[in-house]
Amino acid sequence: MSAIKKYFDKIRPNFEPEGKLHAFRSFFEGMETFMLVPNATSKSGVSVHDAIDSKRIMSFVVIALIPALLFGMYNVGYQHYLAIGEEAGFWAMFGYGLIAVLPKVVVSYAVGLGIEFTVAQWKHEEIQEGFLVSGMIIPLIVPVNCPLWILAIATAFAVIFAKEIFGGTGMNIFNVALVTRAFLFFSYPSMMSGDKVWVNGDYIDCINGVVNVDAVTAATPLGEAAANQPISASFIDSVTGLIPGCIGETSVIAIAIGAIILLWSGVASWKTMFSVFVGGAVVALLFNAASDNAVAQIPWYEHLTLGGFCFGAVFMATDPVTSARTECGKYIYGLLIGAMAITIRVMNPGYPEGMMLAILLMNAFAPLIDYCVVQGNINKRLKRAAK
Amino acid sequence: MGKLFSKENGEVFMRPLNLDNPVTVQILGICSALAVTSQLKPAVVMGLSVTVITAFSNVIISLIRKTIPMRIRIIIQLVVVAALVTIVSNILKAYVYDVSVQLSVYVGLIITNCILMGRLEAFAMSNGPWESFLDGVGNGLGYAIVLVIVGFVRELLGFGTIFGFQIIPQSFYTENGGYYMNNGMMTMPAMALILLGCVIWVHRSINKEEKK
Repeated sequence: MSAIKKYFDKIRPNFEPEGKLHAFRSFFEGMETFMLVPNATSKSGVSVHDAIDSKRIMSFVVIALIPALLFGMYNVGYQHYLAIGEEAGFWAMFGYGLIAVLPKVVVSYAVGLGIEFTVAQWKHEEIQEGFLVSGMIIPLIVPVNCPLWILAIATAFAVIFAKEIFGGTGMNIFNVALVTRAFLFFSYPSMMSGDKVWVNGDYIDCINGVVNVDAVTAATPLGEAAANQPISASFIDSVTGLIPGCIGETSVIAIAIGAIILLWSGVASWKTMFSVFVGGAVVALLFNAASDNAVAQIPWYEHLTLGGFCFGAVFMATDPVTSARTECGKYIYGLLIGAMAITIRVMNPGYPEGMMLAILLMNAFAPLIDYCVVQGNINKRLKRAAK
Repeated sequence: MGKLFSKENGEVFMRPLNLDNPVTVQILGICSALAVTSQLKPAVVMGLSVTVITAFSNVIISLIRKTIPMRIRIIIQLVVVAALVTIVSNILKAYVYDVSVQLSVYVGLIITNCILMGRLEAFAMSNGPWESFLDGVGNGLGYAIVLVIVGFVRELLGFGTIFGFQIIPQSFYTENGGYYMNNGMMTMPAMALILLGCVIWVHRSINKEEKK
């Protein structure tokens, strides 16, 4: 640790106002506070001391995402070898997935952090650390064959239009990673429509993804249901995650490990997470009883394990910036997300996956929910005081 | 009435093109700017139609401004605009039928375009016919410029064409073995709103000094 500190002390003069690398000052500061505990203390007023700052919070989320990422890599390889009908060992599958997924992680971080650093430098602000998490989530919620240039455009769009123009980290109304996905979803629907996520075909083209006509496609379970076909994946498979889908969203077990890390470290709210599942289950049960289309007849426990429901509930709905902040509001927010997600799935055959749209919609309503909860509380206390 | 091309009249014509642009500064006429700009051709036709209607309704109202009773002036303005819109709509149907089908109701809805009523109320009711004509043309063209910019970007990125001619080579597309895909979101009005926001952003950054 002291070696790192010495190194930073040694190169610091280069980044002072007269130094030759002053243009990269914000980059230096960003790396310094990422590696070491920041030295700065507040100059005025009271400050609450806590061992955890926002960079550490972000680190916890990134750690929580690792199981889903690793399993996603394995599943990419598994689905590939399943599709071409060959036997392969664990490491062959994992290696194949690693080569397919890693470029996406790199592109997402490079584009997003590049824009963040540029904006920070331009506005003479410190680098904001929010993209550490978004940059990890983005590769996990895209299909494996999504070309890298499309991913780069979508990431740039989301960082600029969903985050920077609202004032940067902590100010965004919509979840940045979900905006990336929404942009892909509406711009390149053939890649993203969710009914048919392509399983990686016979070769990997690292720059452009797999777009050859021979690429093998496999329907996702929700896509099959939307087309009124029986679901071929078993319940066990959808829990362990050996089904076609976006890279990080398939395995309930890996996501559950992430959820435990998030809840244990106190980063995510169990109220939001829990009520998303309750909302989804209740609405799925209602549809089971009331309707007879194929998606409506999926049992409620399968609804919760299929598609991006778990991933959205654990990592996106609980985003502390865009979700409701009042304690009572968290229940309402979560319940409505779960309910909306299942409703969109069942009622709209055009969108087999409803989680993204449900969370984005509720992001827009989160401030309203908070306002109503706070106002209700004020009224209640006023009434009590008037007695 | 001063000279036809005096400095003041030049100002009346030039201001709406840039510093007082009806779309990017006054934020008027946004609805139609989103609806008709998915391709360049309807955007140009729409821009020209609005220019013609604004110019001539300005002139007509300016000519009869002293005889209009104040209490019913809005109705009279609407009658004039509606008559001009009907004429333009029929001309479009006669000569560029396909574009008029693409524009569908939006030609008729020029009547409700805020730019028109704004210029009639703010300018034509208190200025002479020639100034009003210049003001109308300037505002119409200011609107048309923004439409053309948005339409250009949307058609290029959404369809790969300009005025219907293929600009991005066919061999770039994934169907033909390339790596390029058209951006479907560009063809949706939502993206038009974001592009319009970008145009306003750029315009305001350029004109930062003049604003103060």
